[in-house]
Amino acid sequence: MSNLLARFAENAFWIARYMERAEDLARILDVNETFARESTGAADWQPIVYLNSDEKRFFEKHGAATAEAVLHYYVLDDDNPSSIRSAVRAARDNARSLRHLISTEMWRQLNVFYERLTRLGPPDIEVSNLAKLCTNIKEACQTHAGITDGTLLHDEAWLFYNIGKYIERADQTTRLLDIKFQYLRAPAGDERFLDMSQWNALLQSVAGYHAFVRVHPHGIRTEDVAAFLLTNLDFPRSVALCVETVDGLVGDLHNNFGLKLDRRIARALTDLAAGLDERNIGEIMRTGVHEFIDRVQLQLGILSKEMHRGFFASH
Amino acid sequence: MNELGSRGGVFDGYDADGFFCEMFGTATDPALYAEPIRARLAQMNLASLRRRARDAERELYNLGITFTVYSESDAIDRILPFDVIPRIISRDDWARIEAGVIQRVRAINLFLADVYGPQRILNDGVVPRDLILGNNQYQPLMHDVRPVHGTFAHICGIDIVRDERGAFMVLEDNARTPSGVSYVIENRHMMLRAFSDLLDNTQIRRVSDYGLRLAASLAETAPNAAAEPQIVLMSPGVYNSAYFEHVFLAREMGVPLVEGRDLVVDHDIVYMKTTAGLERVDVIYRRVSDDFIDPEAFDKTSMLGVRGLMRAYAAGNVSLVNAIGNGVADDKATYAYMPRIIRYYLGEDAVLPNVETHICRDAAGLAYTLDHLAELVVKPVGESGGYGITVGPQASADELAACRDRINENPANYISQPLVRLSVCPTLTATGVAPRHVDLRPFAVTGRDTWVLPGGLSRVALREGSYVVNSSQGGGSKDTWVLE
Repeated sequence: MSNLLARFAENAFWIARYMERAEDLARILDVNETFARESTGAADWQPIVYLNSDEKRFFEKHGAATAEAVLHYYVLDDDNPSSIRSAVRAARDNARSLRHLISTEMWRQLNVFYERLTRLGPPDIEVSNLAKLCTNIKEACQTHAGITDGTLLHDEAWLFYNIGKYIERADQTTRLLDIKFQYLRAPAGDERFLDMSQWNALLQSVAGYHAFVRVHPHGIRTEDVAAFLLTNLDFPRSVALCVETVDGLVGDLHNNFGLKLDRRIARALTDLAAGLDERNIGEIMRTGVHEFIDRVQLQLGILSKEMHRGFFASH
Repeated sequence: MNELGSRGGVFDGYDADGFFCEMFGTATDPALYAEPIRARLAQMNLASLRRRARDAERELYNLGITFTVYSESDAIDRILPFDVIPRIISRDDWARIEAGVIQRVRAINLFLADVYGPQRILNDGVVPRDLILGNNQYQPLMHDVRPVHGTFAHICGIDIVRDERGAFMVLEDNARTPSGVSYVIENRHMMLRAFSDLLDNTQIRRVSDYGLRLAASLAETAPNAAAEPQIVLMSPGVYNSAYFEHVFLAREMGVPLVEGRDLVVDHDIVYMKTTAGLERVDVIYRRVSDDFIDPEAFDKTSMLGVRGLMRAYAAGNVSLVNAIGNGVADDKATYAYMPRIIRYYLGEDAVLPNVETHICRDAAGLAYTLDHLAELVVKPVGESGGYGITVGPQASADELAACRDRINENPANYISQPLVRLSVCPTLTATGVAPRHVDLRPFAVTGRDTWVLPGGLSRVALREGSYVVNSSQGGGSKDTWVLE
């Protein structure tokens, strides 16, 4: 069997990234409404804008980060490349180029999902309807993941798909953690019972609250939350688990399909894995979560760029 | 009223109005073979038919079995309208069509090999030399190419119509990149889902193995004796209106769906760009037209082609499917000579006759056409998709005058034919089941030998009284059932 066309590898990679992005964004919007409200009585929507480093483009369009403006910008806005609708459209565009390789069921679900998103209007993103909408979006993304898992041949395209998915997931988790850390300076004193709602919201957004509590039944400490999302190797959305998964998939590209791995890919993966060792968490907290996350994001960026250079770019 | 049987139920009041009906035949020649299907259909009520039709069209849309229409700001996915009442072809009728199509494809391939070779048929004066050499589809570069097995038209679509007596005749040959086969197979899938009860105990010829047959034929045309030749399907890309069909063909054959930018020619060998570097390509089923396939050889501005492809082709290092320059064989003017072409190469009469054709480049043909304009159908020779056609009997005085001016301006660009009173098929319409005109495009696949997909695409003119079945002109399609 011949190797995968370089363009298709890129399409597979980006279908997964965009769908993962859409799901994570739906989680963030949902949780922001539901849980961030508890502490102050009114949900603050501004962090969402910073989470995606969109402040410049957002404030060119909107005067203030009201619920209405932020939700429109991140759910419906076709001009905003990081809106859910844009992400799903981009996933569908990539899937369109790959239609002959993916299953009919996979295409059909994505096609119907996007069609549904195009029909959404302002009433659908009113705060009172938001939880329902986000649940639907999350479920559609998970249906996509399930159909993919159940129907996509485990060939090269599958590997690139999953590499894209886990790089994106790692990236989204770091963004989420980073923004919360920038907004929530850890208070002094016994922090275990302080400002729980914020940590709660963070964990809820990655559907990790109950998992966290099972691992840490005695209260929420900043360091434990950071460790859970960064270095834990059991939680599906932790950065360490994502990186470990990517490492294995990249190895399969070489072992099963004979692809040459550039040293830079191997080095980025080794550096990432070393930094995410759970024994490092004390060090991470001392030097600063934000600084550490900056480094992780840089390395994820290098990894993504090297995937492009090594496999997607025209030879 | 019920002499043909089963004219009740949804067929209550159905009247083919003197046309040959694909479901009922004629009063003197009733379609007995269709009786079991007719009886089952008649029992269904209109509401059920409509519900199933709606579900089927919705599903076609969800599955993305669509073509895309672009406006300035928007891209709209449309389905080819699908009519749920199948068109039935008897075993005997199919045997005749199949033989006629195979004969025609053989003649077309021999003709192309001759035209781009010794040109015997031109030297013998059977076909006028300037009709071929002066045709803008004629590609002199093809004199350097010897396609494997002498096959030029690997995939052929022959448009067939049926007159009021039920006689089949060929209306048009499509030997360049005929499209529509994906709808044949997808329509069948849709019918099997929506009307499984209609197919009970009915043996119809299957169409689902088209992809495997096609892949096997393409492999036969590989230029080098590669055990497993690398076949690719080459598309202009996602914005092409037939993109779904390209997806379909690549998927059914299990081959990469490439674009020009994925291929590169080095030392007259074609490669595709993979994750592991360049890999050799042996056979290209291209759905990019001649003009755009190689900017070095043809249109310099083409972004869809591959530079150097024609060199690789002439060097015998890659097979192009269909060959380049086939347009000289399926041109509407060449069409008029097809019965003579068949006799010349095969020494046989055409199994499927032509529709009588007047060539306006000939003085006699021009005079006849202008004298009988109101009775004739006038077609430009180079167009496809039903564009530019004037149907005399249905045209206004102004339209006829405009047509006359166009012919006088450039007679060689036109042919005329008598209006064939096309057969009809019961079709679900807003006002119930009513007759609508249909044609048939069987698809022939040729590697070493020719195989014809049983049935083909039945196109239906959905507008009442219309004879134009093209999708760009309000046409839809039906599933075509060839009985065992």
